Amino acid sequence: MSEILYGVLVAPFRDMAGSPAFLAEVVLGGVFAGLLYSLVALGFVLIFKASGVFNFAQGVMVLFAALTLVGLLERGLPVVVALVLTALVMVALAFAIERAVLRPLVNQEHIILFMATIGLNFFLEGFGEMVWGANVKKLDVGIPDRTFVMAGIQVNQLELFAAVTAAVLVAVLAVFFHGTRIGRALRAVADDHEAALSIGIPLKTIWVIVWSVAGIVAMVAGIMWGAKSGVQFSLSLIALKALPVLILGGFTSVPGAIAGGLIVGVGEKLGEVYWGPLVGGAIENWFAYVVALAFLLVRPQGLFGEKIIERV
Amino acid sequence: MRSRTALIGMLSAALVAGPLLAAAVAQPKEMFIPLLVYRTGAYAPSGIPIANGFVDYFTLLNERDGGINGIRVAWEECETQYDTKQGVECYERLKSKNPVLVNPYSTGITYQLIPKASVDKVVVFSMGYGNTAAADGRWFPWVFSFPTTYWSQASAVIRYIGQQEGGLDKLKAKKIVHVFHNSPYGKEANTTLETLARQLGFELTLLAVDHPGQEQKSTWLQVRRINPDWIFMSGWGVMNQVAVKEAAAIGFKMDHFIGNWWSANDSDVVPAGDGAKGYKGATFHAPGTAFKVHQDIVKFVYDKGKGGGKKEEMGAPLYNRGVVNAMLSAEAIRTAMTKYGNKALTGEQVRWGFENLNLTEARLDQLGMKGFTHPIKVTCEDHEGNGPILVQQWDGTKWTLVSDWIAPMREVVRPKIEAAAIEEGKKLGYTERDCAKEK
Amino acid sequence: MIYREAGQFKTTYASDQAVFPIVQDRVVVALAVVAAFVVPPLVADEYWLQAVLIPLLVYSLAALGLNLLTGYAGQLSLGTGGFMAVGAYAAFKLATAFPQLNIILAFLLSGAAAAAIGLVFGIPSLRIKGFYLAVATLAAQFFLIWLFNKVPWFVNYASSGTITAPPRTVFGVMVSGPTATPQARYVTALALVAVGALVAKNLVRGRVGRSWMAIRDRDIAAEIIGVRPLRTKLLAFGISSFYCGVAGAELVFLYLGSAETLAFDISLSFLILFMVIIGGLGSVLGSFLGAAFIVLVPILLTNAPHLAGLALPVALQKQMELMVFGGLIIFFLIVEPNGLARLWQIAKEKLRLWPFPH
Repeated sequence: MSEILYGVLVAPFRDMAGSPAFLAEVVLGGVFAGLLYSLVALGFVLIFKASGVFNFAQGVMVLFAALTLVGLLERGLPVVVALVLTALVMVALAFAIERAVLRPLVNQEHIILFMATIGLNFFLEGFGEMVWGANVKKLDVGIPDRTFVMAGIQVNQLELFAAVTAAVLVAVLAVFFHGTRIGRALRAVADDHEAALSIGIPLKTIWVIVWSVAGIVAMVAGIMWGAKSGVQFSLSLIALKALPVLILGGFTSVPGAIAGGLIVGVGEKLGEVYWGPLVGGAIENWFAYVVALAFLLVRPQGLFGEKIIERV
Repeated sequence: MRSRTALIGMLSAALVAGPLLAAAVAQPKEMFIPLLVYRTGAYAPSGIPIANGFVDYFTLLNERDGGINGIRVAWEECETQYDTKQGVECYERLKSKNPVLVNPYSTGITYQLIPKASVDKVVVFSMGYGNTAAADGRWFPWVFSFPTTYWSQASAVIRYIGQQEGGLDKLKAKKIVHVFHNSPYGKEANTTLETLARQLGFELTLLAVDHPGQEQKSTWLQVRRINPDWIFMSGWGVMNQVAVKEAAAIGFKMDHFIGNWWSANDSDVVPAGDGAKGYKGATFHAPGTAFKVHQDIVKFVYDKGKGGGKKEEMGAPLYNRGVVNAMLSAEAIRTAMTKYGNKALTGEQVRWGFENLNLTEARLDQLGMKGFTHPIKVTCEDHEGNGPILVQQWDGTKWTLVSDWIAPMREVVRPKIEAAAIEEGKKLGYTERDCAKEK
Repeated sequence: MIYREAGQFKTTYASDQAVFPIVQDRVVVALAVVAAFVVPPLVADEYWLQAVLIPLLVYSLAALGLNLLTGYAGQLSLGTGGFMAVGAYAAFKLATAFPQLNIILAFLLSGAAAAAIGLVFGIPSLRIKGFYLAVATLAAQFFLIWLFNKVPWFVNYASSGTITAPPRTVFGVMVSGPTATPQARYVTALALVAVGALVAKNLVRGRVGRSWMAIRDRDIAAEIIGVRPLRTKLLAFGISSFYCGVAGAELVFLYLGSAETLAFDISLSFLILFMVIIGGLGSVLGSFLGAAFIVLVPILLTNAPHLAGLALPVALQKQMELMVFGGLIIFFLIVEPNGLARLWQIAKEKLRLWPFPH
């Protein structure tokens, strides 16, 4: 019994203190992984913030965007053109979703909209695979990918690039939401669509904008993840890893997605490397959720989420 | 309102009609083989070449030879997406066409089909995967896993590492890491590796990667810390691609990284690009298209426009896997025909064929597969064939063989298989056959 | 005209409060139940039973459990797969450790085990609500699956890592194991589901169900009028997990025959949730209709090209199936957002007037 207590409470910390360079690598690895999760979580946050819909299809949108990009690159288009075209495809998708799914279901309960995004998930899964094929494809948009050593710690260029992109994207989105008119309109719609309609905010346009932006964020996430594993169906499963980030950070907060991502990423890596071997490893999946759960018990709406004001 | 009524009416009709459409009939001068494939979904990159290899070889037999001794092969692909429940549905649906054998291509589906095999009289051919305990034919007469199994593979890979290090005795105090998919499949090699670690004195570390393995940073940080001499991987799906990339990113010497025969296909090395050069894999057949059988496939199948996939994708390790699987099935059927005559056989007869398969070097040569795969002899006790493995290496554009045939350590593996067979067989309520009586 | 309750006067409170107060309903349901027990085992072939009806019954039971939790008590849960796994592994351990134990009793005990686990993982619901709770139940899902993967005791140290249903009989008829006929398994599953549905129907009509619905609709107001949130929510989690546990045991013993943890992963949780939402939240019939939709539509879509005489390549077929399935879900939700059960209710309303227009 005392061995177990020792193993859980003392040994991992001694291990950490014993090789600080390695600890730094683990933390850094966690930071990078966390930022990659945040990229995916951002898409969820955007849509939830502006339309109150939990977009189950976000993972598949990441996959679809990556597939479109790779498909266009394979056909010989230059990188910049392919990127722009993919962004346009995502905008077209947003139009289609608004017309076919959101408009007929306006004002329905959230769980119904959630179910509709599930339908969308299946549809895009089949459609993406049908158009672009089911094989794994290499994604090469020219991001440098070497590993170099900096102050005794190994750093990978691709991950550094992804981290910087995520940070920039978050900054841009934060400014967008709080500094521009459209951003304010988005927040108004999220709060209460009927009130927003009554002051003249065009609901349909707002939804198209939000889903387009989420689509472009999905494209960026797809590029970063796809560069690591090749573009294939499993990309859509990353959405599951982004969920603890969402709960931690709050469903409606853009900086929350980053904070949540960092906490989940670092927590996961530290847990797996230092406590994992005690129980045979592979604890990452549930460890992230347990960390998120622990935070939720203290703040039920997530770290940065909006406090839910309940009516009696 | 009207759309609602229409919807209700449509759905009710559909719900009743759906399963009724399941029935169908196979022709008399044909043998039916269902193909459970996964051309879509998470494992499609692996499933597509296997399915193409299968289909191409059977098409070749029909086109070039008019079938197996005159009996044409009829097949039907059924998409399972590697999902057990869909696999069961496919099997039940295709059962009405009197299949003689089934290749489940998924460990989960195999486990479902093993108990049904003896009841439905259908041979389950789980080539190189599936329930390792079923390699003991005395307990599992209807299940065949030749030419070799996961436990044999693990022992043969250790033997290869020993060869590379200058002898098995040089393995003492070397560090070997097994990176595995956190599922029963991934864990298969563990007990064998642990036994060998005790016997030979190397330091073994087992690192599990959670399904699906899209994010493996912590695993590879630990690998970096351990700094092993060799890494063996039992991976599947996206785990393979990410693992190869991460190994390259931490600067591990790729020629000391060996993947098992499901972790070393073209699709697994694609994302890592140049970083994957030197990555090795275990296999039991050669990669590439330098064999007469491939030329025949081009001539009789692709040139006639009947190819399953793209001609350029021929020769990928998993494509050749499908070809070998189809060839072994066909040869087993042919063996059965020597006893029962050249007609459409039953499951029982085909089972006899599988159990008495004796594929010689000369026969392989006749098939245009000289050097492609190893001769096999299957017996009543040994449904594994105790086949040796080969090691292949990726050079950036293609796989080439870098070793000769490496035998597994039968003295370590066979007793374990027999013990596991007794346990698993009893669970299913089987009784042990007496092979001597059946001769 | 046929369906009117004109002339049916109730003279006791009991008859007024019956589950099926209208005679026509009683007759039809009784006939349907008898037909369900008698017709398929006699008429249906193995494919129908093994690949359609038995999974339908197993999923219905799980959907019923989740509907009690999510539809009636309003607690969104994505841990269904994990709770089904608890039931399955518990049933396996009980059946192998006590071979003389009646299998039905083993199922019920494993349901109890799942209920206990459900109570533990339901505790966060006191603090967390809505989608956040759903994601928190995912912790249960992943942890339980990891646990069953990691600890070999659960699979009796089998090298294959899978659990296999041992052969067991009920009243002398083999119902599990490789020699059990699909008919026997079907009847067992049907019996369990029928009892479960009856119990659930009565639960939701009684005090317990009403307290759940109060918590779902206005939990603060409910607390003010005396509904204790702790007990009510935990009861919901417990009972729902009981149903899911029994369904999980049925999944292994009566449907698949053997399973590894992959059979209970997150996709199963989502599948059951889809069934509940499509079928109708807060409706016992809805669980069955939703399960029927999710099981039958993909099979229909897979077989449809054969009917139409088209020979599509397998991959294209599957992709189109996915697209049509997704499209159908969205179409359905637009036509009737409250699910199939509501459609059925509307049909019954119309039947009261038919053939008269008003």
